[in-house]
Amino acid sequence: MNIYVIMKRTFDTEEKIQLENGQISEDGAEFIINPYDEYAIEEAIQLRDEHGGEVTLVTVGDEEAEKQLRTGLAMGGDKAVLIEDEDVEDGDTYSTERILAGYFADKEVDMILGGNVAVDGGSGQVGPRLAERLGMVHVTSVVSVSVDGTTVSIEKDVEGDQEFIELQLPVLLTAQQGLNEPRYPSLPGIMKAKKKPLEELDLDDLDLDEDDVGGKTERVEIYLPPPKAAGKILEGEVDEQVTELVSLLKNEAKVI
Amino acid sequence: MANKVVVIGEMRDGEFRNVSFEAIAAAKQIAPDGEIVGALLGSGVKDRADQLFHYGASRVVVVDHDKLKNYTPEGYTQAAMALVDQEEPDAVIMGHTSLGRDLSAKLAARMEAGLVSDAVGIEMDGEDPVFTRPIYSGKAFEKVKSKDGVVFATIRPNNIPAQEADTSKSGSVETVDVAIADLQTIIKDVVKNTATGVDLSEASVIVAGGRGLKSEENFKMLDELADLLGGAVGASRGACDAEYCDYALQIGQTGKVVTPDLYIAVGLSGAIQHVAGMSNSKVIVALNKDPEAEIFQMADYGIVGDLFDTLPKLIEEFKKVVV
Repeated sequence: MNIYVIMKRTFDTEEKIQLENGQISEDGAEFIINPYDEYAIEEAIQLRDEHGGEVTLVTVGDEEAEKQLRTGLAMGGDKAVLIEDEDVEDGDTYSTERILAGYFADKEVDMILGGNVAVDGGSGQVGPRLAERLGMVHVTSVVSVSVDGTTVSIEKDVEGDQEFIELQLPVLLTAQQGLNEPRYPSLPGIMKAKKKPLEELDLDDLDLDEDDVGGKTERVEIYLPPPKAAGKILEGEVDEQVTELVSLLKNEAKVI
Repeated sequence: MANKVVVIGEMRDGEFRNVSFEAIAAAKQIAPDGEIVGALLGSGVKDRADQLFHYGASRVVVVDHDKLKNYTPEGYTQAAMALVDQEEPDAVIMGHTSLGRDLSAKLAARMEAGLVSDAVGIEMDGEDPVFTRPIYSGKAFEKVKSKDGVVFATIRPNNIPAQEADTSKSGSVETVDVAIADLQTIIKDVVKNTATGVDLSEASVIVAGGRGLKSEENFKMLDELADLLGGAVGASRGACDAEYCDYALQIGQTGKVVTPDLYIAVGLSGAIQHVAGMSNSKVIVALNKDPEAEIFQMADYGIVGDLFDTLPKLIEEFKKVVV
């Protein structure tokens, strides 16, 4: 199977967010593979190991994303592609969709896997947008995948309920937590990853013009939520605290 | 200012989701003097569609089709595109739900448009709606507007209040016939798991547990409190990793991001990843035996103590005031 994983470099989830000149400060911040994309990578590796074929990791971003691609290769990906988008104006999910579609235009694809959502932008759009543009069927939030010939059986999480779906390859799937347990790159894996092919492309290579892929949305402002004022720690015997708490919720906070 | 906004409503288990009515309120903010077209896609839903009038739709259109019994991206996109082609709206709004996230992305892609997802607030900048949305799971916020084309947006449940229902409002529900091609996506089965019947993303009260609950059995204690308050149960990643509950309940940077009126955190420490998912709750209560737990720094009210002692007492106390 020709399996592709679309992945994104994101802030480490433990990072505090700080602003500098109206932008998110990246100074000294740790970056990781978007956690949901790790499930996608793991699933791709398992499917390849079971059915044969090749796993290609694809990301749109700047050259810094090479590190996350190498990590994906160390997990077991076969090759990687970095598409640089630094010149794109107001890049948004539309831009990413167009760029990825440009990349996939001449590819033979059996499956594209990605994360259900990225923990930074949080829109969850790129997967379904790309599927629409490529004319592929897709399923988001998958928690189980099995392939038999060209038939794909899927369990999808729908806000806590489960849907059992069947469709035919090729398909685009986005991974939800619970799909698998992503492996850590092994030391031999890390050594091998250094020698695996990593292709760098820019918009020209994809026959795309900067104007074609400019964002359709524009960020007007970015800000941090106001710090929360210190709350009230209740005192006294447990019985008294419990009575006071319920009274406060009813009479002061008025939420019950 | 938009002259026409299509709001795509959504039903779950035969009832409208409240976020559909909230989306109508959002549409009214964008087009206070414009036409709000309530749309409903489904199978056997026509009789229910007039409810959209009660919440402020000026017209209601329905695509009622066998192939729309369950949501599939293909089927719903065909139906919704037919409506968009017919109505030629300035904006399309729906709830930020499993369905809304998926369908809005496909429609926006097909229309070569941007999409502002997960909006929690709207303000107008002259003619243009500017949407507020959380990023980094609520660790920061951005204000975003569409640059050109049809404005697509999804509205996070529980943030933009729906207007009061006015059952005297009505109108005739228009039916749109759409030919829907055979679907490749076959839904074999749907299993309902939402135990309390209240969806986490829409719940106004959430009772969330962490590792402090120590077992799957103890974790079930939260169900009683959630039921009592008409809320839903959530969890920290620690509790999910320890298999006290399903990952579907996880709240946090990986997991769901929620905005209830009341969030009761039971036996969870308040790791930054968890806090990211719940910090914008309106009122936060923490129960934890460790007075140094980070969750107390953001809780409005805290009780330091053994939760196995506190929780049953709290449930009894709530029973006295909740009818």
